[in-house]
Amino acid sequence: MNNIIIIARREAKAYFSTPLAYIFISIFCGLTAAFTFYLGAFIERGQADLAPFFESHPWLLVLLVPSISMRLWAEERKTGSIELLMTLPITSLEAVIGKFIAAWLMIAVALILTFPIWITINILGNPDNGVVISSYLGSWLLAGQFLAIGSALSAMTKNQVIAFVVSTAACFIFVMSGLETVTQALEGWLPNFVLLAVDTMSSLDYFEEFTKGIIDARAIVFYVTTIVFWLFINVVVINLKKAK
Amino acid sequence: MADFIVLDNLKKTFGDIVAVNGISMSVNKGDILGFIGPNGSGKSTTMKMATGFLTPDSGTSHICGISMNKYPKEAKKLIGYLPEGAPAYGEMTTIGFLNFIADIRGLTGKERGIKIDKAIERAQIKYVLKQQIDTLSKGFKRRVGLSQAIMHEPKVLILDEPTDGLDPNQKHHVRQLITEISKNTAVIVSTHILEEVDAVCSGVLLINKGNIILDGSARELRSKLENHNAVNVKLKPEDLENAKRLLLTLSSISKIEVHEETQHNVNLKVLPKENMIIITDIAKVIADNKLPISDISVDRVRLDDAFRKLTTNDTGILNE
Repeated sequence: MNNIIIIARREAKAYFSTPLAYIFISIFCGLTAAFTFYLGAFIERGQADLAPFFESHPWLLVLLVPSISMRLWAEERKTGSIELLMTLPITSLEAVIGKFIAAWLMIAVALILTFPIWITINILGNPDNGVVISSYLGSWLLAGQFLAIGSALSAMTKNQVIAFVVSTAACFIFVMSGLETVTQALEGWLPNFVLLAVDTMSSLDYFEEFTKGIIDARAIVFYVTTIVFWLFINVVVINLKKAK
Repeated sequence: MADFIVLDNLKKTFGDIVAVNGISMSVNKGDILGFIGPNGSGKSTTMKMATGFLTPDSGTSHICGISMNKYPKEAKKLIGYLPEGAPAYGEMTTIGFLNFIADIRGLTGKERGIKIDKAIERAQIKYVLKQQIDTLSKGFKRRVGLSQAIMHEPKVLILDEPTDGLDPNQKHHVRQLITEISKNTAVIVSTHILEEVDAVCSGVLLINKGNIILDGSARELRSKLENHNAVNVKLKPEDLENAKRLLLTLSSISKIEVHEETQHNVNLKVLPKENMIIITDIAKVIADNKLPISDISVDRVRLDDAFRKLTTNDTGILNE
């Protein structure tokens, strides 16, 4: 447990001692604002809610989370520091969780720093703040899922570009699998149980529950399970690389 | 008690390439093993298996009796390791990095400060503590890596080319440091600088293509060359036959080679049997018979030559 905190603290310091965290947070806040005000017609719709703001999140996270996760292991492999890290008295699991937590907290900071838009909506009207909070939670869980996928894929290569591209594609599939156009297109091609599986694996559907203000236990279980599953894959990949 | 580090029959293949093919070694407290071999001979792979970074295909690594395979965390606590190229987290400052290592090594309280200070002092990195590791010179980076490896005063210290990139003064200092640490520690040092073996190591393990070629001492490594301890005698051509006849009566010599140098000088190379030291015998013969010689010297085989001979084939081309 202690080792996880030490690793997470080191990672978090690395984010904030380089421009990485600042650039990520600025771009995230900037893009969410742009999506909300221009594409989401935030002002013109005349409704006191943050729907256009949160609608943009899955698509932004698909791109931005892999930009964080790509470096998690690929960079360590490239610079050789993985050899230092993995010969210290820690387990692979501790390293995986420590790194994941630091990155997830950094994303939490980015989400929290979008608070001016929340203040704005409260000045302009009377939004349902419960919905806003559950939406933030959904957004953070979705980011956690992408991060776990990206982390596992990053452990497979020492090339950060490959890690980024593959992770983005994987996260994109998880989002897309819930869209009606996709499930309709697959209908008739795939057996029903596969369709059902594709549909239930959709991160987007669960995310939409949160944006409606519903904190469903199933949704939480879905995100937590997928995060645990991908972190487990991450550990397996690291241990396999040791014995390659 | 078992030796501090015992590697038993380690094997590792990468695809079709056999990187390490059954390497065993055993190093105890107070010993410094020089681990040498050409590039790509499997030194680093062996060290990676010994430290638990790679899992061997077969064979075991035991640190103070603890199996690296079964109890990696416990075994790793006892090891200090400087990987090849001294990797570190470049964006950290030296002191930030050392603090991180101290945390992971579980150092707390008063002991923590004392050990960090000691590591800084020993590695002589006081002036770069606030500097980002990425901006350090190669020599300083190496020393930061070294300070990380020795901080917790490990029972086993494994250093992969610790003096690579250091200037002669720094090399000398690192060797002194290794010697000092070895009093309570088993040390394995890989190097391709053979003077280092002479300077610090109590034993030598030479490997090539993943196999052990020689396990012994620097002296034994030298003795692999037949002209080790050979004696060169320079004299006038007219004394040659007489000298040869007298010298061949000695039981300690194996043969005599004659190399004509100039019209007025010949060089006799007297080769010993089994690397015996023959200079005293020869000097006695020369003195007793009042042989007029102009020069006498002992061939000291350079380790480089022994190394080359053992790791290349007859044509002098590296075995592939």
